[in-house]
Amino acid sequence: MNLLSLVLIMPLVGFLASLTIPRRFPQNSRAWALAVSLATFAQSLILLSQFNRNVAGDQFTMDIPWIPAPNIHFHVAADGISLWLVLLSTFLTPICVLISWKQVQDRVKEFFAFLLLLEFGLVGVFIAQDLFLFFVFWEISLVPMYFLIGIWGHARRIYAAVKFFLYTMAGSVLMLGAIIYLYNRTGTFGYAAILDMLASGKLTFAPGEQMLLFLAFFLAFAIKVPIFPLHTWLPDAHVEAPTAGSVMLASVMLKMGTFGLLHYCLPMFPVASRRCAPWIAVLAIIGIIYGALVAMVQPNMKKLVAYSSVSHLGFVVLGIFSFTQMGLDGAVYQMLSHGITTGALFALVGFLYERRHSLEISGYGGVATEAPWLSTVFLIATLASLGLPLLNNFVGEFLVLQGTAITHFTWTVYAAIGVILSACYMLWMYQRVFYGATAADVKHYMPDLGLREWAAIVPLVVMMVWMGVYSQSFLPPVSKTTAHVLEQTHINVPERVELRQRPEVAHVR
Amino acid sequence: MSASFGASATDLVRFLPEIILTVMGTALMVLDPVLHKRASYAFGHLSIFALLAAIGGAVYAQTDPGTAFGGMLVVDGFATYFRVLVMVVGILCVLPSYGFLARQKAETSEYHALLLFSIAGQCMMAAANDLIIVFIGLEISSIASYVLAGYLRDDKRSNEAALKYFLLGSFATAFFLYGVAITYGTVGTVNLTAIRASLTGADAPPVVFITLAAALMFVGLGFKVSAAPFQIWAPDVYQGAPTPVAAFLSAGPKAAAFAVFLRIFLTAFGPIGSAWQPLVWMAALLSMTVGNFAALMQTNVKRMLGYSSIAHAGYVLVALTAQSDTGTAAAMFYLAAYALMNIGAFAVVSHVSGRGERYQSLDDLAGLGRKQPMMAAMLTIFLLSLIGVPLTGGFFGKFYIFKAALESHLVWLTVLGLLNSAVGAYYYLRILVMVYMHEPGEAALETEPLTPGFRLALILPALGTLFLGIFPTWVLDFAGKSATLAK
Repeated sequence: MNLLSLVLIMPLVGFLASLTIPRRFPQNSRAWALAVSLATFAQSLILLSQFNRNVAGDQFTMDIPWIPAPNIHFHVAADGISLWLVLLSTFLTPICVLISWKQVQDRVKEFFAFLLLLEFGLVGVFIAQDLFLFFVFWEISLVPMYFLIGIWGHARRIYAAVKFFLYTMAGSVLMLGAIIYLYNRTGTFGYAAILDMLASGKLTFAPGEQMLLFLAFFLAFAIKVPIFPLHTWLPDAHVEAPTAGSVMLASVMLKMGTFGLLHYCLPMFPVASRRCAPWIAVLAIIGIIYGALVAMVQPNMKKLVAYSSVSHLGFVVLGIFSFTQMGLDGAVYQMLSHGITTGALFALVGFLYERRHSLEISGYGGVATEAPWLSTVFLIATLASLGLPLLNNFVGEFLVLQGTAITHFTWTVYAAIGVILSACYMLWMYQRVFYGATAADVKHYMPDLGLREWAAIVPLVVMMVWMGVYSQSFLPPVSKTTAHVLEQTHINVPERVELRQRPEVAHVR
Repeated sequence: MSASFGASATDLVRFLPEIILTVMGTALMVLDPVLHKRASYAFGHLSIFALLAAIGGAVYAQTDPGTAFGGMLVVDGFATYFRVLVMVVGILCVLPSYGFLARQKAETSEYHALLLFSIAGQCMMAAANDLIIVFIGLEISSIASYVLAGYLRDDKRSNEAALKYFLLGSFATAFFLYGVAITYGTVGTVNLTAIRASLTGADAPPVVFITLAAALMFVGLGFKVSAAPFQIWAPDVYQGAPTPVAAFLSAGPKAAAFAVFLRIFLTAFGPIGSAWQPLVWMAALLSMTVGNFAALMQTNVKRMLGYSSIAHAGYVLVALTAQSDTGTAAAMFYLAAYALMNIGAFAVVSHVSGRGERYQSLDDLAGLGRKQPMMAAMLTIFLLSLIGVPLTGGFFGKFYIFKAALESHLVWLTVLGLLNSAVGAYYYLRILVMVYMHEPGEAALETEPLTPGFRLALILPALGTLFLGIFPTWVLDFAGKSATLAK
């Protein structure tokens, strides 16, 4: 049991223990979930303090055999990217507990139990170093989210939950096929071992073979990100999920997809990744602009934030497939920033919903006069989301655009349109909800932030500013790891798909 | 080949499970007048005792493996695995039967006796090394099952199920018998090992006859495992048969038939594998597709599980198509996982269905999560396993099957099978939606509290399902070692 595996195990133990809490003490379930998630977060902070920032490879490795034949290991470790994603998960879980404290009144015990199980699955996805184990966590995380949406969601929750489950499942079965195929080729599920074989030339893929394997992985990740046109499950799931579900979904679960692209697709299938990069970039740009345009016309706040996620994650994908150091750094930074900012936005929309039981923009107006603090915090999150300098999203988006500009300036131009549009839809929504004449309903009942809500939102605001002002606290370990990934994408790559070449040339034999 | 029937002590030990089951089954019928009025629960106790004793017998026989009765029967790891499996299935079906029979006011000894006879037949099938023994085992198992399917005499659907099962089952058996006859006519033996030897020898008979024989047996066995296109009977029978019997039919006879399937096709017809592989390939794909897509449209839970069992037969056929030891081991593992999860799911349905099996529709499960949280949680485990979510036996089984298929370069079958399992997720999710995301209906409100026996009938398979998913090594090891069939 090392530090890292403790972070993984604690939520699971918390989940199992919470099942024994009698149903008639809902308060105990809440308190237990808070205690466990806070303890897990504290544990992950210890992890952070012990992390060696000057090393690129995996740290806190724990590798014990699980099943001898086929050779499956319980192998976990963290690198500079997964470390932050683990922290993002453990940071947001206690916040989710807090924002659900009052909102969830029905089947309380199950709700908080599922939240802990979700944390277990998410942390596991980011630290698994065995492909089989990775797949196990990938699927496990589906189950609690399915129930969170389906049981505690809004009116069309069942449709949304089933759609969410089936989309992800359909995408991931082919990835399972590819994982088994890799095992049959290499005799191991160990990710590091497979990469070693690739690096030493012991394992090579024929071009067609590599492309099919890449696509099998890519489809699973693309659905999760989601990349246009596979995004249709996302607005449904976000809108129908309870607040905590939306937060976890947007902030952490979507990152499973982008993390997968970066961590698995690029290093394992460099040639296919580079071949497909132009196409994927086009889809990412379509996603950026389309997501922004659709967000603009949404009458529903949650739906607006959901479509803004499609747009923001387009930047992440673009950054990843720019194959530049800055692009990759920016992509990871944008993943973390989006987690914080969008999490805060969903939480704040949830606060509004708790007060007025409406998600419609038209149901609000003039909230700023009634609840000034809520409005201020909301404004900060809005500004962060639209990429204002000195707030977190700016750093990520800037790096992505700069990195992309090095190789493909046209991509940057189109993607930058998304930045402008995001200012439009976010500010327009803010204006309609918080300014203007105070709606009668709002006047009727709109208390300002309570203590519990402050406790939930302040850490997020602090992070937004911190990440915006001093990115050096976060970037160095990320850069170390992305540089390593970038190096791996040069292995066995023929000259003709080398960097800086025009994409059309890449397709000529 | 001269089978001498002067049974030696070794022969009898190797035949121990069947002997125990038959003797106890007969004893139950004799005891009926004594126990019937006073203590009908004793029938259940006795049959569980019989099954436990027979498991002991099977394990004891395994300590000294080998053939019996002049090579007609063989006790090896493979046989013992399936013997134990069908007897565990038997126990898991007897447990929910207590409450079920009491609710239907139909507690008699013949129910349990028939169950024991059927299992005795299946044990014989598992250990058969001779087509005639296979046939005898098949008949013993089937005839008892036909009666069990129609056990609720006053229920129209139960009668229909029995008749349909009987008529189509007899047809299938006839096909199988034709296959046996042609095999005997071509190679002059019905012993599996001897058939294999004569197919590999220098003067091997024309492949066309032996392929025809294999095809005919394939039809017969395809019916028994409810593989498409011979699956028509399955949904009707599973829907009409009393629920614990349906659970039994979907697990026990199927496992035994698959044991025979593997043994005949890999041992006897192994040398002509390339000739029959396309048949199995198509049946596998067809079963998965037909089963999953038809299940999507069902509103009756038992019927839905019926179609799902067709799909699961398809997955096992994928393992057979692989024609490798890994494939055999995968099939063995999957059948165990499948038996546990399917019986568990049927047990829940049987409890909810209430007196006269009124509540069988999907809607009747509404709100079960609120009224019966424990039962709903167990059902969730079974359904997640049927979907193939990791940490359950169902996932690991599927993983292992597709691994075997890819090893044998069946890429397309694997891709189509994996996509099929995603389709399958939809209808299992429909059940979960009902259980957790709707308010309790009449059925959930009327559900009786759980008896200790029934609790056991839920907890044991649930624990088993999780065990197979998290620690598959133990079973996998044994399956892997036993998969090397006599060649």
